[in-house]
Amino acid sequence: MPEMTYLQAISDGLRGEMRRDDRVFVIGEDVGVYGGAFKVTLGFQEEFGPWRVIDSPLAETAIVGACTGAAMMGMRPVAEMQFADFVSCAWDHLVTVAAKQRFRAGTPVPIVVRLPSGGGFSGGPFHSQNPESSFAHIPGLKCVCPATPEDAKGLLISAIEDPNPVLFFEHKHLYRRIKGEVPEGRYTVPFGKARTHREGDDVSVITWGAMVYTAGEAAKQLETEDVSVEIIDLRTVIPWDREAVLASARKTSKVLVLHEDTRTGGFGAEIAATIAEEAFEDLDGPVKRLAAPDTPVPFSPVLEKAFIPQVDDVVAGLRELAAY
Amino acid sequence: MATNTQIDVVMPQMGVSVSEGTITKWLKQEGEPIAADESLLEISTDKVDTEVPSPGEGVVARILVQEGETVEVGTVLAVIAPEGTDVGTPTQEDMPPAPATQEAADEAMASASEGVGDVAQATEPEQPQAPAPPPGPTPQPAAPAAGAENGKTFLSPVVARIASEHGVDVSRVQGTGTGGRVTKKDLLAFVEAGASTKATPPPAAAPSAPESPPQAATPVAPQAPPQAPPRAPSAPPQAIPSPPAELAEGESVEPMNAMRKGIAEHMRRSLDTAAHVTSAIEVDMSKVVAIREKLKQEYQAAYGVNPTYLSFVARATVETLRDYPWINGEIRGDKIVTRNYVNLGFAVELADGKGLIVPVVKNTEGLNLLGMARAVTEIAARARDKKLMPDDVQGGTFTITNPGGYGTFHGTPVISQPQAAILGTYAVVKRPWVAQDELGKDVIAIRPIMNLTLTYDHRLVDGALAGRFLRDLRQRLESWGESDY
Repeated sequence: MPEMTYLQAISDGLRGEMRRDDRVFVIGEDVGVYGGAFKVTLGFQEEFGPWRVIDSPLAETAIVGACTGAAMMGMRPVAEMQFADFVSCAWDHLVTVAAKQRFRAGTPVPIVVRLPSGGGFSGGPFHSQNPESSFAHIPGLKCVCPATPEDAKGLLISAIEDPNPVLFFEHKHLYRRIKGEVPEGRYTVPFGKARTHREGDDVSVITWGAMVYTAGEAAKQLETEDVSVEIIDLRTVIPWDREAVLASARKTSKVLVLHEDTRTGGFGAEIAATIAEEAFEDLDGPVKRLAAPDTPVPFSPVLEKAFIPQVDDVVAGLRELAAY
Repeated sequence: MATNTQIDVVMPQMGVSVSEGTITKWLKQEGEPIAADESLLEISTDKVDTEVPSPGEGVVARILVQEGETVEVGTVLAVIAPEGTDVGTPTQEDMPPAPATQEAADEAMASASEGVGDVAQATEPEQPQAPAPPPGPTPQPAAPAAGAENGKTFLSPVVARIASEHGVDVSRVQGTGTGGRVTKKDLLAFVEAGASTKATPPPAAAPSAPESPPQAATPVAPQAPPQAPPRAPSAPPQAIPSPPAELAEGESVEPMNAMRKGIAEHMRRSLDTAAHVTSAIEVDMSKVVAIREKLKQEYQAAYGVNPTYLSFVARATVETLRDYPWINGEIRGDKIVTRNYVNLGFAVELADGKGLIVPVVKNTEGLNLLGMARAVTEIAARARDKKLMPDDVQGGTFTITNPGGYGTFHGTPVISQPQAAILGTYAVVKRPWVAQDELGKDVIAIRPIMNLTLTYDHRLVDGALAGRFLRDLRQRLESWGESDY
């Protein structure tokens, strides 16, 4: 299997689907001539032409609106938000139209909105957010948050195949930092199936996206203290793999829910509440959450480091739970 | 502006997702003067190729990364020094400040409402005090005295559940959690340790149950009602864990392993289920002995397989079962199940002598003598070496047990449920035997004789049927021809 970056894997999956299926097209700001802000669609316009790789105006509402209409007419649009943060402009089209159309009128809306998200590079409040929990709350939308190149490609293909609107959160911090083996050709990774990133016995970490690696580093450090950490990578937030999470909770009896998004109302709250409801009699400690504080993402590198959960924070949280 | 101190030139971040860059060309060399914002080098990244300007005016004191090398964002590429200074190596003290803690940053954020400019300043004074908190969880061990009662009395949900399941008084468990709290691990360790010390009573109770079966095993009561509730009378659920009998002088105990428990359960259940009756027959093995002597060398040389007596008996049994489908059948509910195949189980003693397993050779109706000998050898070896797969011990339709290796000449084995019968094979013994000479006169000859027993479930198999089966089996063995099978 070839080794690819997370970004190349996304490109590869998208290119493969466009070659395979004429209904798939790409639309977004600078996705065509420029190849996308992060170069995910570099070379796409040359291969597929300007009608399948469409440079849109700077109007997210128009992008998602166009996608929704095209999807209703049988197309398989893949929209790119230049940054996930900008998707708030398209909230109405996503939440009011795309998410509800199928329930209201029975019309499938098979759109994928790609959302370069996450911080860690001093992008500040408008270029660093992880808005998955906002959309996870909206029935009718699916939220995908891959952590590995292999999952990124397989989940993107599943997203394009899915008859519902899918928000595909690509973590920018992983784009070129994470490399991994990616199967050639077409394959899918199912929604709602978590991946055990690491097996352990003492404490479970439930997380997704870039935090999988933060948790992995922390787990490695705790090896020396004889604390065995299990890491569950949800891969998709909606739908999420309750069985895998509950099984891990029952196994270790101590759970840390970790996410890069802010704390209050974050998706970690849903996971913690579910564990408390479903696995109460298996708990040997409080279900803890580790998340960013409830502020916009700061610019200052020092502050940003304090804002995004770091390896040391996870180590401390896990150590505390293990000792509880 | 001219620099007063050394300045590092670092690999710039050319876009948020770019993590590394390659030096394509140095535009200035070490020792050359450079103006602020004058191009110092060219770099290439995943996204752009660009020139990197000098961050200040001075002299290119050191170039640390050579052309063609690829380095991570933030790596120091060169040092610009004030003109005329003596240039040393870059010091680590110039590195960025240590990361602040969440708390410090939170406070900074809180006070940042005035504007961005304040944020940067707010962080400065925070940093000195920030490094203190990192060993976050350590304060907890400091509190055990205060939290002791709390730790003892608070039971987490999982601890409460396990304690109630095992009837453990948690106050007797040594807690290692916060404030002496008993954790799940503490409790499980306690239960496990307690299991080995308390395991003493159950084995003491166990012997009392097996004491009765020897009588039950004798074929006396075939009139037992078929629907008799199998377990209720013999094993009321209370009976097993009850009397914690003390060890008497000279006694010792060992825990019962899972296999032993399984055997115990199955043997008891079989006797409670089937109406065991045993019939026996004597077989003159002269022909088999003779043929085996001949085949032994041939099979060994050609195939590395020993044609054991057991494989002859097994082969003849499979052939005979074809005419007696019920003996190869089972009672399922109120129906009788028969089949057109024979999956033959062989009772095998484990290498350590502490257990018994019955691996199954599937579809033996398709095996000739060589195939049977090979299959029996192979599966018995795997059984003794504990290399059986789960599938290897399932699906048996008839079983052969062979205690004859020790010289026993008779036995009443227990049927492997849900089968209908089990064949026992015993030692081949030279005995004085009444035979006929060529004139038809009775003579006493020395003959290798083997006893065979068929223990069958009288619910399904009547004595006459069993008798005919044994007769036919004997007939096959006694008339074994050289070209047979």
